[in-house]
Amino acid sequence: VSRPKLVPPESADLPLERSLLVRIHDLMVKSRALEERLIQMYKQGHGFFWIGGPGEEAFNVPLGLLMKKGQGLDYDYLHAHYRQSATLMALGEDPINALRQIKTTATDPYTGGRSFSGHFSIKRWNICPVSSPIEVQYPMAPGTALAQKRHGGEGITIVTGGDAGTAEGDFASCLVWASRPGNELPLLIVVTHNGWGISTAASTQQGPQNISDRGKAFGIRSKTVDGNDPVVAYRELEAAFAYIRKERRPFLMEAQVSRLYGHSSASGANFATDERDCLRDYEATLEERGVLTRQQMDAARTRWTQELAEAARKVIEEPQPTRESIWDHVYAERK
Amino acid sequence: MASMAQAIRMALHYAEENLGVTDIFGEDVGPPLGGVFTATQGLKKTWNTPLDERGIIGMAMGLAMAGQRPVAEIQFCDYIFNTIDLLKLAGSTCWASMGEWNLPMVVMTPVGSGIRGSIYHSHSFDAAATHLPGWKIVMPSTPIDAYGLMLAACQDLNPVMYLAPKALLRTRGTELIPGEPGDDKALSKMIDAPLGDRSRWVPRWPDLQERVVPIGSAKLVRPGSRLTVVSYGRTLPLCAKAAEELAAEGIDAEVIDLRTLWPYDWEMVRSSIAKTGRILYVNEDTEVTNFGEHLVRRTTDELFYSLLAPPKLLAGKFVPGIGLADNLEMASVPQLPDVVQAIRDLAVLEP
Repeated sequence: VSRPKLVPPESADLPLERSLLVRIHDLMVKSRALEERLIQMYKQGHGFFWIGGPGEEAFNVPLGLLMKKGQGLDYDYLHAHYRQSATLMALGEDPINALRQIKTTATDPYTGGRSFSGHFSIKRWNICPVSSPIEVQYPMAPGTALAQKRHGGEGITIVTGGDAGTAEGDFASCLVWASRPGNELPLLIVVTHNGWGISTAASTQQGPQNISDRGKAFGIRSKTVDGNDPVVAYRELEAAFAYIRKERRPFLMEAQVSRLYGHSSASGANFATDERDCLRDYEATLEERGVLTRQQMDAARTRWTQELAEAARKVIEEPQPTRESIWDHVYAERK
Repeated sequence: MASMAQAIRMALHYAEENLGVTDIFGEDVGPPLGGVFTATQGLKKTWNTPLDERGIIGMAMGLAMAGQRPVAEIQFCDYIFNTIDLLKLAGSTCWASMGEWNLPMVVMTPVGSGIRGSIYHSHSFDAAATHLPGWKIVMPSTPIDAYGLMLAACQDLNPVMYLAPKALLRTRGTELIPGEPGDDKALSKMIDAPLGDRSRWVPRWPDLQERVVPIGSAKLVRPGSRLTVVSYGRTLPLCAKAAEELAAEGIDAEVIDLRTLWPYDWEMVRSSIAKTGRILYVNEDTEVTNFGEHLVRRTTDELFYSLLAPPKLLAGKFVPGIGLADNLEMASVPQLPDVVQAIRDLAVLEP
């Protein structure tokens, strides 16, 4: 999937090029359908646990579309948390692999059945392994960013996490290491703020009005954006990417998002009717502006739902890892 | 002969020149200090970090992910404990990603007692480190091994924990590092930073040669027949000295320097125990869930019918810290008389 170019809209009414609006919609639907299929597989007994990112599609799809995809220092590194499926879909990843992961099949290309859903890892695209702790990616990301700073070029590092994770010291570490005087790093620090840490409201635990305010003390350019609006997200991210690629300095972006199916399967994984649904809102806008009809959008939903159902039927027949395989890959060995 | 600190420094120089080491970093690792034990003076790839151990380990992991080859230092292992989940993650990353992401990184940290370091500069880390699958753990007891193990660590594809026994960092060995001048003063003049202003100082490195101590290979320090003593780090020279003293009494102890804690050289240990029938493991970490307890368990499991006496462990007392007063430290971790006594006690046991 090539990186889309933002060109002047063909109509003054449209905030982005029509084809880009349609593509974002399709990827959001695909991502939502994927998460809903994962939840369904969990509820059908085809997975031990579900955790993922429904409610973050409006931000995470533009993030993936704007990333420079590839392997090595000339491309963007992503240190993600476990709500990043929409970014992976935008990068062009086949959703069947996420189904393999929740089903813990030996064919799961990310972890071989060893880890939870949403724990992506794709070295050929610089997608660093996602792990379950909510904060550890923040102190690792400056490492890839430092290598890129020395290397030159346009490649940057992106690190994502949730608002609850910013209470950990690792988030402060990231701000410190990203902004060492004379060694500022090309690092996009993302916090998707859904207002919750499992069952605890952020408003009861964190004093700052905006998490992005914390960047200001470090001289880091910072912004809080509406992560439920894909057009806003695309434009804000595009500007942030351009700044980081050119200036080789960090940017802290806080995106306000929703958590549409709770924290994880541990909290039931049921649809939250009291949260803003970015996909529903976006579809209303697209319909109102005549970009897509209701029938077209429903068709997209049906297509991805059917495709993922078909993929799930295939995945559940695939082999599980063997007992002996626990010894595989403890160490890397010279070939 | 080089001190252990000089040996580490020379190894890192060799590694940054020849083995692709890209970063040697940590608190006070770069100029002007070059490390609180001087182990990183004069190196090209050194830099100073914020006082943030989690940031240091995270940086090493990120650099390794980006194809770099970092050597990170935690100034004292007493301060590594708040990084333990990152260390676990570094150890599990290759496994969890089905071999896709390996992390070639070295974490070096001074360990143990012996400098009257009080409660927070005397901890050991070998017991905790050997609870981190996916890491390789090495610990030299001589400068030549310090050199060779660092060269091995800097070429490994996996995370390597390099535990430097701080009591031995200023001790000298008996074997020249290949390329090292034989004269201590000449070596010092070449590679030790001067006191005072160092801003214009540059070291003159000897023409060092590669001499690798392969990870996983122990060293037979002293052959013997009556019993086997296995140790590493600070307590190894004590064991060797005790064995020499007791030889005069007719107790012939075989002494093995384990050098690598994981994956360790079981073949050398096993064959020695099979020969002597008596085994004493010695280290200074606290004795409960001590690495030596694992070795005792394996000895019992695999060599029970070869044993002439119960396998023994001499280790640090299970107290919360090592007190500063001389008596407190001496009573907390094994000293020479303790090792002598333990060997003597074991040597007389008969089935």
